[in-house]
Amino acid sequence: MRLVLAEDHALLRAGMIQLLEANGFTLLHAAVDEPSLVEALRDPDAEAAVVDVRLPPGQSDEGLRAAIAVRTARPGFPVMVISQYVEHLYARELLASGDGAVGYLLKDRVSDVAEFVDGVRRVAAGATVLDPEVVAAVMARRRDEPLDRLTQREREVLALMAEGRANAAIATRLVVTEKAVAKHINSIFTKLDLSAADDDHKRVRAVLAWLRV
Amino acid sequence: MTTDEHVDEQVDEQVDEQVDRTPGQLRLTGYVLAQLALGIVALVCAILTVVGAALMVVWVGTLLLAVSLPLTRLIADAHRRMAADVLGLDAPRPYRALPDHPWQKLLTVARDPMTYRDLLWCVWACTLGWVYALICLLELLVVVTWPLWWWGLGYQMRLRSHVDLWFLATSHTERLEKRVAVLTETRADAVDTAAAELRRLERDLHDGPQARLVALSMSLGLAEQLLATDPDGARRLVGDARETTSTAIGELRSVVRGIHPPVLADRGLVGAVQALALDMAVPVTVTADLDGRPPAPVESAVYFGVAECLANIGKHAGSSSASIALTHDGERLRATVADDGVGGADPDAGTGMLGLRRRLAAFDGTMTVSSPTGGPTEVVLEVPCDLSSPRTTPSSEPG
Repeated sequence: MRLVLAEDHALLRAGMIQLLEANGFTLLHAAVDEPSLVEALRDPDAEAAVVDVRLPPGQSDEGLRAAIAVRTARPGFPVMVISQYVEHLYARELLASGDGAVGYLLKDRVSDVAEFVDGVRRVAAGATVLDPEVVAAVMARRRDEPLDRLTQREREVLALMAEGRANAAIATRLVVTEKAVAKHINSIFTKLDLSAADDDHKRVRAVLAWLRV
Repeated sequence: MTTDEHVDEQVDEQVDEQVDRTPGQLRLTGYVLAQLALGIVALVCAILTVVGAALMVVWVGTLLLAVSLPLTRLIADAHRRMAADVLGLDAPRPYRALPDHPWQKLLTVARDPMTYRDLLWCVWACTLGWVYALICLLELLVVVTWPLWWWGLGYQMRLRSHVDLWFLATSHTERLEKRVAVLTETRADAVDTAAAELRRLERDLHDGPQARLVALSMSLGLAEQLLATDPDGARRLVGDARETTSTAIGELRSVVRGIHPPVLADRGLVGAVQALALDMAVPVTVTADLDGRPPAPVESAVYFGVAECLANIGKHAGSSSASIALTHDGERLRATVADDGVGGADPDAGTGMLGLRRRLAAFDGTMTVSSPTGGPTEVVLEVPCDLSSPRTTPSSEPG
């Protein structure tokens, strides 16, 4: 898979390149600042991007803005956004920029190489991968309609769906069978009035509803 | 052309001022009558005060002063109000705050320079001032001078008011002295707050990331030793080390948030407040109407102020919704945080609110709390400041 990477710290950039190439990704461009990222994202060969939120020259949220911009220009373009800190507000903005194919992770999640690479692959395949810290923040908040209708277990399943986990992984985490997970997910879809679209799409919709985007 | 327009505007303003501010002839005449009557009271006050001060050695003197001093202040207040009305100015009471104890009260009054200025004013009010007022009244009584009364009384009363205020209002120097006192106090608070913050940071770093890094280095050292003899043990230690790194990064992140929240740097006050609202358990509506960004230190102070208010709402209010409004009226940035909770919040009770007040005071900012029992509660944070880089960001978003 051909990737665009944007990371301004030289050491981290080198590390990420090494890590991604070792796991079968092809690095098309490694951008160091906002202009070079915007330029790299114009490359029609790029299939996905891994973008740091804070980039020169402004050192604020240029990466995030570029990610949202490219998803407006190329709907459904998969972007994994990484950052030193996660902000609920940014998660909402990213999720609102299109249906799925978006990830938002803390930079230090990269240290769990297998999980991070898996996350990038899932995003590229159209899934939504949110950092557990964002998920925890949302969990701590008020539950409201129509999420009030979900049971405690269904909420747990939904939270893990938001982290981008597959049914098998959710089953392992909650120590239940995959069949039980599938049952919970179906129940969630029904309670959130998601019946029309295909299954993958519904997963994303459920997560969006949960984040009140 | 531009200059002409400018002059015109100025003239207009002056005319407006007179039309708006100068009271009518009848009210002015009423003031004249009051000044004539109070002039006699001023005479009594002056005599009582002087005699009282002279008889201080016997108890009668104290008694005389106990009557004359409050009375002097009463009639001085009346004149201040009249003069303020005539001139369209604001003339606040310039006296020092009085303690409860009668003897201390007397001492405070005796040390207040305004007491002596009041006394001097009494002398003027019952002599030349009284004659001046009499002349003003005669203009009305002597029929042929009616035109003078009609056209000139306003100017005469303005002159009189200037003289009164020269005695009775705080002088420029005194205002500066008060300002210096306020600045000295708020600067001391600001320095204290900064020092306390640094101590907190040092402690947070020392107890958190620094300790983790020591543990990390130990784990890695042990792993290095075990690498040849016990690869499995070494792998376990490296795994531990990675976990410790994650924790250290997490702790660093929370320390950074406490110094200057990244979202505040990225998005400014409005974005950062919206982010705060999103993390609240109850729905919080944010409305903002700012033409640009306030200076960074003010942004930071107001951000932490709003955060403190929201934390209090989360802890105590028991409310079902809250709202935050950010506005700027050209001079002051105003953040209004309201909730529909149980009310009864005491702004002097918590250390958080006290700290917030001090933090704002460093910018001449204020905090006002309205929280009747039963609610609703409204906290208004105000800081005088300019906005930079004109940019309209009106937005309204449920959180």
